[in-house]
Amino acid sequence: MSSTTLRPATIAAEAAHALEVAHAAQAHDSTSGPAPQRRSGTPGRDAPALRARGLILSYDGRRVVEGLDLDVPAGKVTVVVGPNGCGKSTVLRGLSRLLRPTEGHVHLSSTDADDDVWALRPKEFARRVALLPQSPPLPEGITVVDLVGRGRHPHHTHVRRWSAADDAAVMEAMRATGTVELAERHVEELSGGQRQRVWIALTLAQQTEIVLLDEPTTYLDVAHQIDVLDLLRDLNRTKGTTVVMVLHDLNLAARYADHVVAMRDGRLVGSGAPADLVDEDFVARVFGLGSRVITDPVTGSPLVVPTSTREQTGATP
Amino acid sequence: MTTDLARRPGPASAAGPASADIDDLVRVVRARRRPLRRVRLVIAGLAVATLGAVLVRVLLGDYVVALADLVPILRGDTLPNAPGASFIVMEAKLPRALVGAIAGMAFGASGAMFQTTLRNPLASPDIIGISLGASAAAVIALTFLDAQGIWLPAAALAGALAVSLLMYAVGRGTLLAGRRMVLVGIGIAALLSSVIQFVMTRTSIQDAQAALVWLTGSLARATWPVIGLLTAAVLVLAPLLAVCARWMRLAELGDDLATTLGAPAGRARLGLVVAVALAAVATSATGPIAFVAFLAGPIARRLCGGRPSLWAAALVGAVVVVVSDFAGDYLIPDVNLPVGVVTGALGAPLMIAVIIAAGRAGKA
Ligand SMILES: Nc1ncnc2c1ncn2[C@@H]1O[C@H](COP(=O)(O)OP(=O)(O)OP(=O)(O)O)[C@@H](O)[C@H]1O
Ligand SMILES: [Mg+2]
Repeated sequence: MSSTTLRPATIAAEAAHALEVAHAAQAHDSTSGPAPQRRSGTPGRDAPALRARGLILSYDGRRVVEGLDLDVPAGKVTVVVGPNGCGKSTVLRGLSRLLRPTEGHVHLSSTDADDDVWALRPKEFARRVALLPQSPPLPEGITVVDLVGRGRHPHHTHVRRWSAADDAAVMEAMRATGTVELAERHVEELSGGQRQRVWIALTLAQQTEIVLLDEPTTYLDVAHQIDVLDLLRDLNRTKGTTVVMVLHDLNLAARYADHVVAMRDGRLVGSGAPADLVDEDFVARVFGLGSRVITDPVTGSPLVVPTSTREQTGATP
Repeated sequence: MTTDLARRPGPASAAGPASADIDDLVRVVRARRRPLRRVRLVIAGLAVATLGAVLVRVLLGDYVVALADLVPILRGDTLPNAPGASFIVMEAKLPRALVGAIAGMAFGASGAMFQTTLRNPLASPDIIGISLGASAAAVIALTFLDAQGIWLPAAALAGALAVSLLMYAVGRGTLLAGRRMVLVGIGIAALLSSVIQFVMTRTSIQDAQAALVWLTGSLARATWPVIGLLTAAVLVLAPLLAVCARWMRLAELGDDLATTLGAPAGRARLGLVVAVALAAVATSATGPIAFVAFLAGPIARRLCGGRPSLWAAALVGAVVVVVSDFAGDYLIPDVNLPVGVVTGALGAPLMIAVIIAAGRAGKA
């Protein structure tokens, strides 16, 4: 927007125009854009959105992920689980171009293209895949609306900077995360739960087909955990965004995942729908933990009740 | 205060998108613009203050020049009633004010760039050894190589760049991990201080006098050729810095997020190279003016309501240098203090305040 007025009436007029422009652009994208989003549940058409083959990831020559083959189904919620230090964050780094694989490759697919992620230009990739790291540093003195706005960087060029479409995208991301009311607040002053919503809003403002999140529920109380996970599932159900996240709580993973990926010691130990995958044997293999698995009376998904790490037979005390 | 107004649907809402959308959008747009407007006002105010400081420096002091006389003097006319005025303004007062303003801007912008990119208030070129690199090189060139004239600033420039390269090599791959870079820089600064001490013990009295200029910044050597070089360098570097500032805004989010937003961390490092060059050029013209690079950023940030702004930091630097130089000349009768002594005396308590604030935020 060229004008810089603060007068509400003028902004409102500009805003109406901005929304029309943004909606027109979205309509254009969904008819002719490169990446129409598949809904979950179309049988036989669940081509992976991200595909890793023979992925070896290492830090300073020390191998952390050993030859991983991984499919991230398009338009679904995938949850990565596994014990501390097994390489979950490392896998997300490998999928999102933060860590160049020692061997193997990662491909990003849409209906008409299949690209090696390292062959894409950084901004091009950033318009298609977003990552929210585990605990990103917070710039000093930044306001909510400013932080969310940083997510628009991939859509800018040297010539085209901030535009009405950016304001519309920021507004939509903030509304989806319920942070509009916080717009002019300093992020430092927010509670952990509010802050996490703001970070997620930044990721949504990026408007990508795929969103990767590393432990989006850490530091949140149980109500806020459910809140954030509901928000991400809504995003997936309404927009068809492919969601991949690392979660530590197996029960939340089983409840929110369409697809679970389990890792241990840098290797894949299993993947599939939670109802098929999660049982007592699975919990023992992944976490070395004895448990009983029952059916969650609320959601019908598997519910893990741990017994003890020492009694791997699953006997109740 | 104007929420009622903001909630009132705008003229276009009846036909177009839902009015709830518009209300939210209005709220978001206003929240984004209001602080920007403040930054713009602060920058405008600082620009006026810089101009005012330069005028005061040129017109007032031991030899007062009337504002009305300034224009003819600048045009090159000789004033019939004050024949000496032209010489004093054109050869002493104006060059000094201009070098002070330009070097101050360069120091201020450079310091703010460092602090924001490295996410550490201690990371400014005068703290982490870059300015001392310039001093040490100039003092060595003066004492051992008998360097004169333009070779001294050239040596200073080389010294600043050498320290930056060394730091780049040591901090390779971790350059953006601010803390480590700051520690390495402080170590280098301590080393350079002792090098300078050593050289000073080997030098003659006359050379020591000249070397002093390179230890405490001073505007005494301001001449038109220096202004020309300084201006040319700043005109080249400033636009580069403006481009890098956009990457800096992402570097603040940490390497990982910056990279996934399409601004690989290496680019922010490029901004640091430009900032080093700015600091080096300014140091080669004035010597190290203590604390200007270090304090301009935090002061500008305070004025702008918490937002970092390179322009505001640059202008704060200009005001501080020009005003301090004026104060150094006239504050104490019959004593001419170089500008670096004044900023040093003013800056030390402020630095302690900044460190305490940073410690409270867990950054130092
Ligand atoms: N930057 C790094 N440099 C060196 N080694 C690292 C780095 N990051 C992680 N590692 C190592 O890689 C291994 C896997 O770490 P990763 O962070 O991927 O585990 P994780 O599954 O995400 O664990 P957590 O559940 O605790 O977050 C660990 O042994 C860890 O020490
Ligand atoms: Mg992790």
